[in-house]
Amino acid sequence: MIYNGKQINIEENVTLAQFIQDNNYDIKKIAVELNLNIIPKFEYKNVILKDSDKLEVVSFVGGG
Amino acid sequence: MKMKRKLMQATVAIAGAGGLGSNIAVMLARSGIGKIFIVDFDIVDKSNLNRQHYSEEHLGRYKTEALAEQITKINPSVNFTYKTVKVTEDNVVELFKEYKIVCEAFDNPIYKAMLVENLLIKTTATIVSGSGMAGYSSGNNIQTYKKMSRLYVCGDLESDIASNCIMSPRVQICAGHQANMIIRLLLGEDTP
Repeated sequence: MIYNGKQINIEENVTLAQFIQDNNYDIKKIAVELNLNIIPKFEYKNVILKDSDKLEVVSFVGGG
Repeated sequence: MKMKRKLMQATVAIAGAGGLGSNIAVMLARSGIGKIFIVDFDIVDKSNLNRQHYSEEHLGRYKTEALAEQITKINPSVNFTYKTVKVTEDNVVELFKEYKIVCEAFDNPIYKAMLVENLLIKTTATIVSGSGMAGYSSGNNIQTYKKMSRLYVCGDLESDIASNCIMSPRVQICAGHQANMIIRLLLGEDTP
């Protein structure tokens, strides 16, 4: 899978929710685009990641 | 001039009138953007004056009103409108749905993510966001990135207010990146 611009290997049948948790993201501070579609937070648990996927996770930090 | 006319006919919405939003609004007004709409609920506090486009005379007033007053003096030909409300999941789409370019200028990362997710899913807006401008590490680390098909992020992506002070120079650099990206989009350039 391509994750934030880099090719990585993923486990079989891993959900987006699990991937986000395994990569230590704070779910409230992120936005996720999968294959050019924005995925709402309530859908993370229903999305199974595939090798052919292109995933972009943007994690926001405070200040402005 | 074609460029000037394009900017004069353009409309930009800004979410937040703090360090990023107030400075971005002023830069866009100076650039001759025809219509600017800004949303913020907060009042000007003494602690804001180290980086936000307000002065002692504005203390205790709504940021939206204080900014409107300044913009009118800087460039009276700008049609500057505002709403003094807190942006939440319940009103975010209603507030911004008619705008093609929305500038995210909140300070709280949870609100940044909320705005970006909701507007990218429920509207056709392109968003120019700011993330990572606290502290005083090299200004050269602040860049403009195209992160998603309709999301640009400006900043160093990591310098958080939770572990850094926040000061004018890097906030202004980030605000400059955002304002410049907005102008680029308005003039048909989509690379960061």
